[in-house]
Amino acid sequence: MMVFLDLRDLKTHFPIYRGLFARRQIGSVKAVDGVSISLQKGEILGLVGESGCGKSTLARTIMQLIRSTDGEVFLQGKGFSELSSRAVRDARVDFQMIFQDPYASLNPRMTVFDTLSEAIRTRQKYRRKEMVAKVGALMEMVGLPANQMLRYPHEFSGGQRQRIAIARALAPQPKLVIADEPVSALDVSIQSQILNLVLKLCREMELTMIFISHDISVVKYISDRIAVMYLGKLVEIGPATEVVERPLHPYTRALVSAVPIPNPQLERQRQRIILQGDPPSPLNPPAGCSFHPRCPFAIEACRLNAPELAEKEMRRLAACIRVGEI
Amino acid sequence: MPLLEVENLRTSFYTRAGVVRAVDGVSFSVDAGETLGIVGESGSGKSVTCYSILGLIPQPPGRIDSGTARFDGVDLLDCKDNQLRRFRGKRISMIFQDPMTSLNPYLRVSDQLIEPLLVHERVSRRQALKRAIASLEEVGIQDAGRRVHLYPHQFSGGMRQRVMIAMALINRPEILIADEPTTALDVTVQAQILELIRRRQQDLGTAIIFITHDLGVVASFCRRVNVMYAGRVVESGFTEDIFGSPLHPYNAALQQSIPALHRKGESLFTIPGAPPDLSRDISGCSFAPRCPFAADLCRNSPTSLEEPIAGHSTACLRVLRGEVSDLRLKPALAAV
Repeated sequence: MMVFLDLRDLKTHFPIYRGLFARRQIGSVKAVDGVSISLQKGEILGLVGESGCGKSTLARTIMQLIRSTDGEVFLQGKGFSELSSRAVRDARVDFQMIFQDPYASLNPRMTVFDTLSEAIRTRQKYRRKEMVAKVGALMEMVGLPANQMLRYPHEFSGGQRQRIAIARALAPQPKLVIADEPVSALDVSIQSQILNLVLKLCREMELTMIFISHDISVVKYISDRIAVMYLGKLVEIGPATEVVERPLHPYTRALVSAVPIPNPQLERQRQRIILQGDPPSPLNPPAGCSFHPRCPFAIEACRLNAPELAEKEMRRLAACIRVGEI
Repeated sequence: MPLLEVENLRTSFYTRAGVVRAVDGVSFSVDAGETLGIVGESGSGKSVTCYSILGLIPQPPGRIDSGTARFDGVDLLDCKDNQLRRFRGKRISMIFQDPMTSLNPYLRVSDQLIEPLLVHERVSRRQALKRAIASLEEVGIQDAGRRVHLYPHQFSGGMRQRVMIAMALINRPEILIADEPTTALDVTVQAQILELIRRRQQDLGTAIIFITHDLGVVASFCRRVNVMYAGRVVESGFTEDIFGSPLHPYNAALQQSIPALHRKGESLFTIPGAPPDLSRDISGCSFAPRCPFAADLCRNSPTSLEEPIAGHSTACLRVLRGEVSDLRLKPALAAV
């Protein structure tokens, strides 16, 4: 099968300057630091990690909203780094994004029709009458009545707004959709409606998707594979169910065990790994394995060498030297 | 005898758009040292319930229309501000959701931590500071003697929530109200904070009212649970019963819509529609328009919380009449 999206050693570093007049660079925040992964067509990749680990920066780098410091993004074999800004903008029609907060991501002064028709026009222009039909079809696809297309965002609830945001992302018939915490701002009963919708549309349209979330149970449910990110690096990649049920990397273990299960009996029997401290600052990451100061299994070697992401089992990658021992 | 007994609390907001009945006849009690969870979606009235008890509802537009909240022989809803002030921060205290906004950015942590001591007890600043440092150590902040003099922005989110907890517990309150204390935090930090609250509760014997929308947190943390919907308590009982044998369709449906309990690929059960507009009069059960078990009776007859099984109450008319017993919505979901 052909590789659809290929990230090769992608790095996004933000320089930090000091001084008002004689500005000099005193360091850099390594928000994304050497991420390599490839996606097949139609695959849903779940990306999890704590806040500040670089999930959203990675998303924006793939979208070319931030130019990468190093490394390359290939979409269907086509690289982006040599393209001019203009060419990148044209190519970006193929990438769409769904954001976390549907209250902030829709323009309050544009009706649903304005919002969706603008998105459709980026791909192809239509006459008004055809456009109305197109917008109507889009709205029905995401479960909104087409006769509400002249309403403004404030007339919709949070769940409905997220449906509009999804419709907008799908309007230009993108090849890749990145959903950045699309259900985190929604209530539980609305969350499941949106998750079902996303999953249904992905299957129908054979969308390739990167689904970012801090909620590992949501990610497990929706994605084919999960990638776990810590301090700008991927520390584990593998099939979703396996990663959650039998995590290889100690960080993934801690992450999974920190999620409370809504079942009091299971909850009482559980072994919890409670990590100490907060994630370290990406400005000054620890030497060696960046997780070692919080890792309950860390040994001397972990302090010295940064482990490489390597295949530990069939289709399962982890960046930890102690995978077999613990 | 319960420590706090709330009866028939009604709080409304009088807005230009109409009267919003945020809390509509809520009754519950808290025993000394226990943990009561209040779970519900946004707008279900869980925070307003607790704010009403502490007199934190801005009036106007809010108004407590009726109800009593008995705490140690005093009705908190019917006492003067200065009387209430003697309880607040001393015998009942609160932790808020967002540790980023609930600390004053202009004041050093030390000033904020000793304030409850200076207000409620006869202590010198020096003694108060000593206790503040000890309380920071108790919530796991290392190097507390130095850190107590820092400003809130010099702490991370999890650390700030620890400071809030230290502040809330510094006077050894009998009741701690925690309003979504971990919602703004990462799961790994959430686990730390929950563990910390649990440990401090064991040390001090504080009763906790834990407000959350996360059923997972409730399952691991609370002894009893009130499930709220549209300003009313629709189900109440011990945590095991709420999860093991739900008696209200809303609670049942909520549990069946969580991805954690689903197998991959199987589509999630969803509750159709959205919660009702509380500024309109709701005759009958507020969940009826979204309920798969609703009958004509549900739309017309008023509901009240009844106790068909000792210690487990529900407001569902059809469950109470014995017309519906199996609230599972899809057979496949039984296997967890």
